[in-house]
Amino acid sequence: MSLLSADHVCVRFGGTEVLHDISLSVQPGEIVTIVGPNGSGKSTLLRALLGIVPAASGRVGRSTGLRVGYVPQRLTLDPTLPMTVRRFLSLPQRVSDAAATAALERVGLRGVERDQMAALSGGQMQRVLLARALLSQPHILILDEPTQGLDQPGEAAFYRLIEEMRAADGVAVLMVSHDLHVVMAASDRVICLNGHICCEGAPRVVSTAPEYRALFGLGTKGALALYQHVHDHDHASPHDHHHHHHDHAHPADAKGHAHHAG
Amino acid sequence: MLDDFLTRAALAGIGLSVATGPLGSFVVWRRMAYFGDATAHAAILGVALALATDLPVGLGTLVVALAMALTVAALTAKGWAIDTMLGVLAHSALAFGLVAVSFVPGVRTDLSAWLFGDILAVSRYDLVFVWTGALSAAALLAWRWQALLTATLNEDLAHASGLNPARERLILTLALAVVVAVAIKVVGALLIAAMLIIPAAAARSTARSPEAMALTATGIGALSVLGGLYLSLWQDTPAGPSIVVVAASLFALLATVGRRFG
Repeated sequence: MSLLSADHVCVRFGGTEVLHDISLSVQPGEIVTIVGPNGSGKSTLLRALLGIVPAASGRVGRSTGLRVGYVPQRLTLDPTLPMTVRRFLSLPQRVSDAAATAALERVGLRGVERDQMAALSGGQMQRVLLARALLSQPHILILDEPTQGLDQPGEAAFYRLIEEMRAADGVAVLMVSHDLHVVMAASDRVICLNGHICCEGAPRVVSTAPEYRALFGLGTKGALALYQHVHDHDHASPHDHHHHHHDHAHPADAKGHAHHAG
Repeated sequence: MLDDFLTRAALAGIGLSVATGPLGSFVVWRRMAYFGDATAHAAILGVALALATDLPVGLGTLVVALAMALTVAALTAKGWAIDTMLGVLAHSALAFGLVAVSFVPGVRTDLSAWLFGDILAVSRYDLVFVWTGALSAAALLAWRWQALLTATLNEDLAHASGLNPARERLILTLALAVVVAVAIKVVGALLIAAMLIIPAAAARSTARSPEAMALTATGIGALSVLGGLYLSLWQDTPAGPSIVVVAASLFALLATVGRRFG
């Protein structure tokens, strides 16, 4: 039984179809990553799954009593609103001090309860948002580009944290990203989105799929190499080189698909 | 004790502050200042309609203020440019109200009482009306406090927690209409927004949590009422504007000596 699913969902803004015929599902304990270029409808898809934007056609399904822990892309606090970390963790459900402290410790924060939200660094803010999401004991975490504004070590640490959460609680994770390498290593399944689902599957399968290469392959050699490096650190480096040669082998193929995808 | 007009005036003002503290905080956090203005200006139209139809003025202002607030909320949701639209609606409502009042015989002379309030003429009946309205609005906000705060912080976050931000907006709109209907007697249509915004803005410099800000705003509001009445007696100044003058002075003082003003 899937936690969250989309069945032939289309979303329109005005006359423009932003998402076309999306079908996907997330199973308990699964980490699914949605990748796609800017403007590919990633955030819109999450918002449709959360029920914030209505589907023009198709159906969004949620298992009964589903608890969602949502981490937005960024939280911009109005400077006129005073808010301590501790108070924020009690929105909308009040939690005990002990639970709040435990949740903060889980995400690697200590002694920030009395700090103002506005005074947190980008990385601390993302961790506080994650702590708040965890406090509702969610079945699924939905993360919208959760590492935006973090440096690379911070980003890697954040994704490690997500993997630990899954291992400890069996929570499912659905996240969106436009950066690929670290994200993909942590995922069970990757969905490549560009208005429609171009391809999906295990990270390794997707990263070699022509549709994926068409969207990402040409401009992000460095990122791909880094991904390979992170993911296959026990492999010999010639393996990577082989992949690069493989990239260049079918430029016409990639172009054809790029045209198709656009 | 209630025989004294000054006691009645002070009690009416303090009653109003009970509602304007928390409501004004939301107006500040959500940047609804102009929205409050538009609703208050529309109340003059309500006064005119009530006088023309021999209905209670409180009822007239409540109905028209609510209609105005709902219109603005509906148009905002449809994506109209908010500041232009409020500029059109607020001043048209005021103008229509002033023109409509001129058709009601014998009212022209005490029009300024509705524009600037007449707190020194508050009757026992008015006192009951003010306190009933203010306590209802405050109770409404207290009941929805956690949800309102979450929706104010981030609507997507509220949505993901199973709340409906549109409903919370409606509750604020309703509370605003009630407070406007109540406040028109105390400070008048032109200065209602001042009573909402200035005490809340003054409270911001000292508050570390939303609750502290709302309560401090109520305290500053009540203090402004007492100070304004004293100023009015002492220097024979108009009472409503005197209250706002004291509130503005407190704001300036707190913003200068306060920890910081964001």
